[in-house]
Amino acid sequence: MRWLLLKDLQILRRSPLVLALLIAYPVALGVLIGFALSGDGGKERVAFFNEVDPEEQFALGGEEEGIDRGIARGELCSRVECVDVDSREEAIEKVEDGDVIAALILPEDLLDKLESLASLNPQQPTVEVLVNEDDPVKADLVDDRIQALVTEANLLLSQRISDQAAGYLDLLIEGGTFALPLIDDIEILGLARSGVILDSIRAELRSPQARAALDRVIAFAEEARDNLDFALPLLGAIAEPIAVDKQTVSGGTSELDTFAIAIAATATLMFVTVLLVAGSLALEREENAYARITRGLVGPSGLLAEKIVLGVIASLAVTLLMLGVLTPIVSIEWSRAPLILAAIAAGGAGFAAFGAAIGCAAREVRASSLLAFMVSLPVAFLSLISSGTVSGAVFDVIELVRALFPFDPALDAIEGALDEAGPAVGLAILHLVAIVAAYALLARLALRRFAS
Amino acid sequence: MALSQAGDGARAIEARSLSKSFDGRAALRDVSFTAGRGELLAVIGPNGAGKTTLLSLLAGVRAPDSGEITVPGEVGWVPQQAALYRRLTVAENLRLFARLEGLKDVEAAVARMLEQTGLGERRNDQVGTLSGGNQQRVNIAIGLLSRPAVLLLDEPSSGLDPRQRERLWEFVLGLAGAGTTVIYTTHHLYEAERYGNRLLVLADGERVFDGSADELHAAVGGGERDFEAAFVAFLREWGH
Repeated sequence: MRWLLLKDLQILRRSPLVLALLIAYPVALGVLIGFALSGDGGKERVAFFNEVDPEEQFALGGEEEGIDRGIARGELCSRVECVDVDSREEAIEKVEDGDVIAALILPEDLLDKLESLASLNPQQPTVEVLVNEDDPVKADLVDDRIQALVTEANLLLSQRISDQAAGYLDLLIEGGTFALPLIDDIEILGLARSGVILDSIRAELRSPQARAALDRVIAFAEEARDNLDFALPLLGAIAEPIAVDKQTVSGGTSELDTFAIAIAATATLMFVTVLLVAGSLALEREENAYARITRGLVGPSGLLAEKIVLGVIASLAVTLLMLGVLTPIVSIEWSRAPLILAAIAAGGAGFAAFGAAIGCAAREVRASSLLAFMVSLPVAFLSLISSGTVSGAVFDVIELVRALFPFDPALDAIEGALDEAGPAVGLAILHLVAIVAAYALLARLALRRFAS
Repeated sequence: MALSQAGDGARAIEARSLSKSFDGRAALRDVSFTAGRGELLAVIGPNGAGKTTLLSLLAGVRAPDSGEITVPGEVGWVPQQAALYRRLTVAENLRLFARLEGLKDVEAAVARMLEQTGLGERRNDQVGTLSGGNQQRVNIAIGLLSRPAVLLLDEPSSGLDPRQRERLWEFVLGLAGAGTTVIYTTHHLYEAERYGNRLLVLADGERVFDGSADELHAAVGGGERDFEAAFVAFLREWGH
């Protein structure tokens, strides 16, 4: 078998285009993914144009807030990558060119309208969003992201206004100083202190009628204070009525970066290994060598085993090359190298057996390449569909299809090997072993008509 | 060109009642024959007669549905289309198949075949760069690596020009002269008449004639102007 392997490696070495592709593909993919992941954590880019006068101060209920430096920009830029622009025209140009997914424009009157929310004449503040919905996926992404940002901002403001209202209530209950713009501070007595004063006045009253009347006032003041005390936590609850308690009940989830690397590695494995093995097997027939080889010491099963080993070697080479290219750009836990190697080898064997079955069925290099693409791509797409995004019955069918092909378990194995928070590597490798056995059997059956 | 003698009479291969079907269609029906050491046996017949099937059974590439093949020594097989790796050199091809056949002294076998085929100077050339004739020589050399007692050649001169054909037959006759039994199929009837000590005629998977060219000529009355006409007349008599 080793001589056949050596022969395939010699042929590969003398096929400059295939060899260049085997090297260039993982390197290019690694560099692309590396740049994508290193670009501020993969956040979407949003142009940010602030028309509000930078000198203008924002006061909500008498307290000054830094709307530009503090709340709005800080919140926005924690969620997306902010690209500051100097004009509305520049914002439009960046959106049209696709430099950013959207532009957020804070209009000149934003602060006035925000301040009005805490007044007796509130006006709804509006921010302007410019988008370029040149495809449905991007449109959905922009809608979701902008909606999330606006919801976040509304929640923040609602909390501020609630806090302000709670402050007013507290002032009403306990008393204190209230600052009014352009007017001096005014003293608020408060219900609590009013009650104390009323109690002291009551002790000095002689008239029973006057006392009874004052008792009604004192009782009202107490009831008002008690009820307003209840209102304070209620206001806090209104500010954030629903809190989220997230618990993971199924599925180990690794970091998004790791998942992206695992997908890239699995896709590389898939294309390189399936195409190489399918093409290499079909080539044995196209070179008329199959019958001559298999009548010697190496039988059909030996030939199949050799092609799977060839696939595993190619898998390890290209995937490690890709991970090597990624290493300076993103963090890869090389302390988990044994697991990574095992996952790549198992995934490579799965794809190699799958490629062998395709090569034996197609029997021609071109047909096998076409068939490999036609089968592999839809399976890869199916493997990226998340549960809950389609109906339960459809997802059950998708899961069944995924289980029959090597992409899904290979992705799980590599993701789990790269990050301990990922899926169980052992289970994924066992799944791949079963896939190797099944596709090797199919390939062996298809080889029966290979010589004809 | 010296024609070989009809061998020394020692039996090199015996086939008894060979039958083979593909998808229910009989490709070979109850075919028997023997060939002696150093004999040149030409297998001829119309298209679909079962010539290639017979050689593939003798080579062990396919198993017969019934019947037996007895070969005391090695069998070398040269398929109709060159079974070679075009991106490997001549020497690398020879070395690979020598290893796959389990030869003990691989380098000696490679050197011997390079010398025997006269391809020593082209040993480091990729096979894909060789002419059709030279590719066929490498193809035959691979079949001879294990010093087989019987060499099976399936349409060996197919695609070769007259000069290449002549050189090929010179080489084959030399092998037969050295004691190798050569069984070959051909569509060129003059190659059967000229180089074959014996002819095996197949039609619809059946053996319809086993004898010399003169005997076939005589079988149709001897009045035909040449061997090709005699062969056509023979087949017509058999309903083909």
